[in-house]
Amino acid sequence: MAYSDKVIDHYTNPRNVGTLDKSSSKVGTGLVGAPECGDVMRLQIQVDDNNIITDAKFKTFGCGSAIASSSLATEWLKGKTIDDAMKIDNMDIVEELALPPVKIHCSVLAEDAIKAAINDFRVKNGLAPIESEKVHH
Amino acid sequence: MNLPIYLDNNATTPMDPRVLEAMLPYFNQKFGNAASRNHAFGWVAEEAVDYAREQVAKIIGANEKEIIFTSGATEADNLAIKGVFEMYKDKGNHIITTTTEHKAVLDTCNHVEKLGGRVTYLPVQADGLVNLQELEAAMTSETILVSVMYGNNEIGVIQPIKEIAAIAHKYGALFMTDATQAVGKIPVDVIADGIDLLAFTAHKIYGPKGVGALYVRRKGPRVKVTAQMDGGGHERGMRSGTLNVPGIVGFGKACELCMQEMEGEAKRLSALRDKLQTSLLQLEESYVNGNVEHRLPHVANISFKYVEGEGLMMAMKDLAVSSGSACTSASLEPSYVLKSLGLSDDLAHSSIRFGLGRFTTEEEVDYAIEVTKKSVTHLRDLSPLWEMFKEGIDLDSIEWAEH
Repeated sequence: MAYSDKVIDHYTNPRNVGTLDKSSSKVGTGLVGAPECGDVMRLQIQVDDNNIITDAKFKTFGCGSAIASSSLATEWLKGKTIDDAMKIDNMDIVEELALPPVKIHCSVLAEDAIKAAINDFRVKNGLAPIESEKVHH
Repeated sequence: MNLPIYLDNNATTPMDPRVLEAMLPYFNQKFGNAASRNHAFGWVAEEAVDYAREQVAKIIGANEKEIIFTSGATEADNLAIKGVFEMYKDKGNHIITTTTEHKAVLDTCNHVEKLGGRVTYLPVQADGLVNLQELEAAMTSETILVSVMYGNNEIGVIQPIKEIAAIAHKYGALFMTDATQAVGKIPVDVIADGIDLLAFTAHKIYGPKGVGALYVRRKGPRVKVTAQMDGGGHERGMRSGTLNVPGIVGFGKACELCMQEMEGEAKRLSALRDKLQTSLLQLEESYVNGNVEHRLPHVANISFKYVEGEGLMMAMKDLAVSSGSACTSASLEPSYVLKSLGLSDDLAHSSIRFGLGRFTTEEEVDYAIEVTKKSVTHLRDLSPLWEMFKEGIDLDSIEWAEH
């Protein structure tokens, strides 16, 4: 199976690899996936007082498409409000990276990671987590 | 040195130019049907097949009359298992095999179960070897066949074939082995090993794809299999179909070359493989899968913990290797062979198989070491699991959201 140029680009030069201080109240952390399934994503957001995401970092254990999906997600998150970030749909990632059907789960995982990071931030700041209505599986 | 470097010789091997040269006349000049008994074109083809049959028989210590040419090892496995099941059904319906066999054996056994057969799939030990006591305990008076592969395709582990054959014979069963990965790489002798049926193929030993053989013992005991392909009664009635003369000629030549060069090649390849393995094990948290003493000389299967196999292969894009990671297959399940050794799913996902071959050079191995080390380090820098491991977090203590 050949990878798209965009997957290769994100895989070769991943954006925003790193770690934010997960104990900070301004940081939301999402850890999704499982080692047994062959992919684990950790996505973190730094949020300012206006609910704007000023920084995003990731680390991913997984295939090239999983790494590319999370790298792309961090790019998209920066500068967005958390409300807008909540609207990122996995199919947008599929389209941008031209993922084949067998790799759609990588984009689902990235969307889950975004939502998990936002909810972690919300809970830390006394807000209720937002339940996703979308059913992927 | 040309890139990419081919280190997937367990999947297939490039054809040796000497094999190609031997085959070429049989495509257009000596194109006869080996079954045409009444003219020179047929005689020439038949003579070439006879000569190749001797070359092929010799590499496993067999008589040329015991070689049935097929389209490959998969067909040979099918013919052996289904053929024995049909031929010996009055004697019993029980077959014993192992969980680490190739799919050509496992799926054929599944098929036989649907036809009323009973199959025992023996688990293997953590090093990949069959437990002989367990094998003996599984034998019954109904057991007609024991099928255990010679050398494993994923981890290279060599089974105690002689001992397994002896147990099968003690209980009156036949012994069959899929020796696809072993023939041509290590000495295989059907007499000394006590093998009744043996499947192998040309394309793993620098011969062409699309041709293989089943050895069927003729004496002590005389083994018979029911044909699975009906037609003109070729191959002593056991496998009908016009013979693939160029392929068979190439198969013969490939066997001859392997016999001539085996001893030196095995030494050269095991030295290169050991160099690769020793260097890669210098990486933290890397592990060899399978027994390292009873192993084919050209194979090393290594897991790099906290790195996912497909992601790793993408980083090592100039190396053609293979992985037990689920992402490399459509099934989304990691290698069943590695799981049979008791490996956790995450270690199975992290495995890479290096398969060296006749055309592998030391320069290529050195390059492979460098690229692999660099790639593992790069991906660990990206891996949240590696970070947690380094922080001393027990990954088993985390409640993962399986998806």
